Amino acid sequence: MDSVLVPPRPRTISWQLATVVSTTIETPRARTLVLQVPGWAGHRPGQHLDVRLTSEDGYQTERSYSIASPPEASRIALTVERLDDGEVSPYLTDVLRVGDQLELRGPIGGYFVWHVALGGPVLLVAGGSGIVPLMAMLRHRAIVLETGDARMRHNVPARLLYSARSWDDVFYRNELTQLARDDETFEAAFTLTREHPAGWNGFRRRIDRMMLAEIAWPPAERPQIFVCGSTPLVESVAAELVELGHDPALVKTERFGPTGASA
Amino acid sequence: MTEPFVSRGFRGRRQPSAVESRLPPGQYETPDFPVLSAGPTPRTTLQTWDFTIRDRNGATARWSWDEFKGLPHETITTDIHCVTKWSKFDTVWEGVSVDTLLAAASVRGVESAPYALAVSDGAYTTNLPLADLTGGKAWVAVKYNSLPLTPEHGGPARLLVPHLYFWKSAKWVRQLRFMERDQPGFWESLGYHNYGDPWREQRYSGD
Repeated sequence: MDSVLVPPRPRTISWQLATVVSTTIETPRARTLVLQVPGWAGHRPGQHLDVRLTSEDGYQTERSYSIASPPEASRIALTVERLDDGEVSPYLTDVLRVGDQLELRGPIGGYFVWHVALGGPVLLVAGGSGIVPLMAMLRHRAIVLETGDARMRHNVPARLLYSARSWDDVFYRNELTQLARDDETFEAAFTLTREHPAGWNGFRRRIDRMMLAEIAWPPAERPQIFVCGSTPLVESVAAELVELGHDPALVKTERFGPTGASA
Repeated sequence: MTEPFVSRGFRGRRQPSAVESRLPPGQYETPDFPVLSAGPTPRTTLQTWDFTIRDRNGATARWSWDEFKGLPHETITTDIHCVTKWSKFDTVWEGVSVDTLLAAASVRGVESAPYALAVSDGAYTTNLPLADLTGGKAWVAVKYNSLPLTPEHGGPARLLVPHLYFWKSAKWVRQLRFMERDQPGFWESLGYHNYGDPWREQRYSGD
């Protein structure tokens, strides 16, 4: 046989050691870890990575976390929400400190991904910590548009609908409001489901069909839609979007956090 | 020699050995049944639902919902392992063995092949070697805990191939398509392992 096509062996996603270079409190329950990852393979906005913890007696456990930083950043940021009965998240939010090492591998996931070259409009719907992968998309978009021309800006208009329990539970609050202020092609809408600051004039209920109809582009404009949050939020938002006439193939979903109700 | 890495200050929750021995590497046990899917949940009515097995020449065996219900069902109690790290023990399913379906398809002139692609509503696909679908290892499940499968868990029917990571157990399955050569499905084209054995921790391409 003179020619046999052998597909290239896929690149192995190896475990590597990262170093914590800084941490930021995002909310009373969430902390951002900024990591230096030597030889990081690069990622696309929306991807995640796996973290592996090892105890002294050799016991190991793994979890996945979305990447909050854009590919353009030299360091990787993860924002982790503490689940009180969690095994890994309380370690990442409360124990890990600057200078510590963390074992990870990635990037992982090739579907829940958006970058400027994919065009727009783009609608992002977040529940709670589900904002994290969407933030990587928004940060990437802002960096690319800062250096691009005005036409590019109008090619990728973006809207965010973000549901949180209270204003204090909103991740990246200042950065998001600043982005919305500085960029006329990006709009951010918030809905607070439990507590509202005095004078709150945003939404005050769980995301429903009316809210989505108000925020989303009409289905005819074929927005690319990314929904990330708890399973009940994602199930309900995705179903309502389809009911409103959005093409299911344009609705990408990712679920997060505590699993909630069982089967 | 390098010291093995230890996460400073991490104690972890080592499980009793009876639990640990049932957990593939990197997995943890959950009492919940998390939902994972890449897009909106498709909703197919039982009137329009059917299940087909198709061979390379286009010959098919097809079952309507009522015909499918008439096939012999089995109850399966099994541990399941999701690539996102959770495992759930002793889940109870009811469904039709793929062996039963293939035997019936063969009688109808459908020729088997070394690989199959499971095709679902919502354009989801996953690929499996025939050897992993036969010999009492795979089912088309229609009930979970004695109740009809809910749409978010893959109802009306999902594939159940519990010895592989659970993305291989395609939700909303409608067709098994025989292939001469292996062809990656949805997640297998997006960086996940082509085979997906949890005991060898084959999560991603290259593992």
